[in-house]
Amino acid sequence: MSHVERIIPDRLQSPFQKRIKSWESLLLAVAIGIFIANSFASPYFLNAWNLSDATFNFTEKAMIAFAMALLIVAGEIDLSVASIIALSSTAMGAVAQFDVSTLTIVLTGLSVGVICGAFNAILVTVMGLPSIVVTIGTMSLFRGISYIVLGDQAFRGYPRDFAFFGQGYVFWVISFEFVLFVVLAVIYGVLLHKTNFGRAVYAIGNNATGALFSGIRVNRVKFILFVLTGLMSGVAAVCLTSRLGSTRPSIGLGMELEVVTMVVLGGVNILGGSGSIPGVVIAAFVMGMVTFGLGLLNVPGIVMSIFIGALLIGVIALPRLWAMWRK
Amino acid sequence: MQQTTSTDAPVLRLDRITKTFPGVKALDQVQLGLYPGQVTALIGENGAGKSTLVKILTGIYQPDGGAIYVGDEQVSFPTAQDAAAHGITAIHQETVLFDDLTVAENIFLGHAPKTKWGLIDTKTQTRRATEILRSIGADIDPQTRLRDLGIASKHLVAISRALSIDARVVIMDEPTAALSHKEIHELYDLVDQLKAQGKAILFISHKFDEIFKIADRYTVFRDGQFVADGKIADINEGELVQMMVGRSVDQVFPKRESLLGTEVLQVVGYDHPTEFEGINFKLHRGEILGFYGLVGAGRSEFMQSLFGITKPSKGVTKVDGKITVIRSPAAAVEAGIVYVPEDRGLQGAIRPMPIFQNVSLASLKKTSKNGFIRLAEEFAMAREYTQRLDLRAASLDTPVGNLSGGNQQKVVIAKWLATKPKVIILDEPTKGIDIGSKAAVHDFMAELASQGLAVIMVSSEIPEVLGMSDRVIVMREGRIAAEVSGDDMTPETLVRHAAGIAEA
Repeated sequence: MSHVERIIPDRLQSPFQKRIKSWESLLLAVAIGIFIANSFASPYFLNAWNLSDATFNFTEKAMIAFAMALLIVAGEIDLSVASIIALSSTAMGAVAQFDVSTLTIVLTGLSVGVICGAFNAILVTVMGLPSIVVTIGTMSLFRGISYIVLGDQAFRGYPRDFAFFGQGYVFWVISFEFVLFVVLAVIYGVLLHKTNFGRAVYAIGNNATGALFSGIRVNRVKFILFVLTGLMSGVAAVCLTSRLGSTRPSIGLGMELEVVTMVVLGGVNILGGSGSIPGVVIAAFVMGMVTFGLGLLNVPGIVMSIFIGALLIGVIALPRLWAMWRK
Repeated sequence: MQQTTSTDAPVLRLDRITKTFPGVKALDQVQLGLYPGQVTALIGENGAGKSTLVKILTGIYQPDGGAIYVGDEQVSFPTAQDAAAHGITAIHQETVLFDDLTVAENIFLGHAPKTKWGLIDTKTQTRRATEILRSIGADIDPQTRLRDLGIASKHLVAISRALSIDARVVIMDEPTAALSHKEIHELYDLVDQLKAQGKAILFISHKFDEIFKIADRYTVFRDGQFVADGKIADINEGELVQMMVGRSVDQVFPKRESLLGTEVLQVVGYDHPTEFEGINFKLHRGEILGFYGLVGAGRSEFMQSLFGITKPSKGVTKVDGKITVIRSPAAAVEAGIVYVPEDRGLQGAIRPMPIFQNVSLASLKKTSKNGFIRLAEEFAMAREYTQRLDLRAASLDTPVGNLSGGNQQKVVIAKWLATKPKVIILDEPTKGIDIGSKAAVHDFMAELASQGLAVIMVSSEIPEVLGMSDRVIVMREGRIAAEVSGDDMTPETLVRHAAGIAEA
């Protein structure tokens, strides 16, 4: 044994050097590129109100994407988020028929989100079922209940001040949804990157057995993540319902695909273990600007969904192709 | 194929076979001969190189040196198929079979008879399966799905599978480990039949009674080296144990005064439905308690139960005299009991994460404030404990997966020391790590004990158990077979109790 005091440096690269080479930096460059391309492609793009309108393309999805990012980093997934929106919105529409206060409507929407999230959580953590199967099941289940309640009808008649959440502006062109998006981005960013809870999320995603053997309460953390995702779906349901002013059972249909795409585009490993909230924020802007830009160019919705699908596959395949090419 | 029962010409012969893994010489110029119509028992401690040898014989590993002869012809087995083509087949401890396929499909998987269209000829397959099953006296319908068979019948299917390739050499790697008393006797009958058919059998077992019952010859390995071989008739149990254990001269263990402190842990009546039963012991501050036993004796299972991973059906843990309920690893860590697992890659370290985050993982409460991470504190903790363990790494933010096995183990130990535990359980702490790291871990264990920490060390290496422990508990088949200390701590006593041999 040597008795020389060996000093191991904390880091070889500064955090700044690491950040420069990260996926997030690349994505930011892409975002700027798209912004410039959009401003050349359409004369209507560089207008404060148009840009403000564009944010509605991603704010609601991004709210769910923050919680989903944590869930995917932890190695789980929730595909039922869009259906939770439907059920939550249906519940809000149902209570709104009884002339209750706006606060009651909002609390109903959030509670349904939490209950749905807890239901997923119990099936995954207590019963030990794989989350992808559980949430494909609850995806049909939750929206199915909405269809039974509503059929081909719609709930309307929300109180006037309920419209604020989806249509209100806090200051000039800054919408309430955008403010909420920024606040939630900060909260989730701090939660994932600056707290013990976030560290546990990374540990679980990288090696759930190792995390358990290190004294981390793995099931408790996963439970909280599913409930958070449910809650954020409830928040998105409040915003979306308020913005549309009515509830149909098809509300938010297919949104889970865009949420997952946003998370993966943001650099979160679909297999768990790595990713960041700043990445998801940039990805939200990228997706929002791309869909808005295509909209300004009168590209039909079906082409946009092809684009989203291609983007999802491309983003997952790209790192692997890159590795194969380098070999 | 010409089958003889002559005893002087080996059908398979290994000459000076060597196999090196990074940091470990698993086999060092070993030799082995297998004779037609005879059972050769391969005897050695865990880690003597038996499994490596089986893997070389079945084409899974390639030797670094030496030669393999089948008859007079020198051969090599680049793949498992090549070994099978030379008539070598193995029946493993845990048989690899497929529950949802039929018995016949299991037997012929990978070499099924084909029709002229290239499809599987089910008729011929069923017929030949029936023949093979009948030849070993197994009354099993080849059309049943494997799922519907008991463990013993599954074993017979595994044996039939081995025989379906027209084997000359049958390797049995601890075949009786999972069998009941009655099933073991059926297996002995089967071995007799195989002998009568002129097959050469390599029989690996830790049970001396069965070695003396069915083997004709023996070969002893120790620490990857050939020790001796000969006929079973010319030797007795005592001599075999002596050869197997030997004297380890090249390992030096840290000398230390054992200063036993107050009692820190008491385990009373730990039971588990399948893994262990009636575990009672006490542990003191400053003590190193060794747990010795064969693989499968229930040591790791018990330790994981003590650490809150698996639930015992019964049992009480007292820490510092107080009854402590441990239902999760988190609760165990709070109670001051920590566990360094045998499986470092899966259970020990979070390999993709940096060293400093691994070290702080179990003590995040200490490095944080109100749940918020304080990086400076984390790095300080990582620096302190990695220096104490003499860790070799480029930087503290290197992923643990980039380190060598020994250094990964140091990170896992550092993680637990940072929690300031009362009891540290080390499960095979030096398995598969290089000599230098081994010595560092040993030194460190001694240092911990001298600082008043209670250490439980699970080890299958006799020199390590004897060299490090103040007291040794030997486990056999889920029970405590013996507790030895002082002058009774000899290799012979440990092996006797572990294998269940009564007296010399």
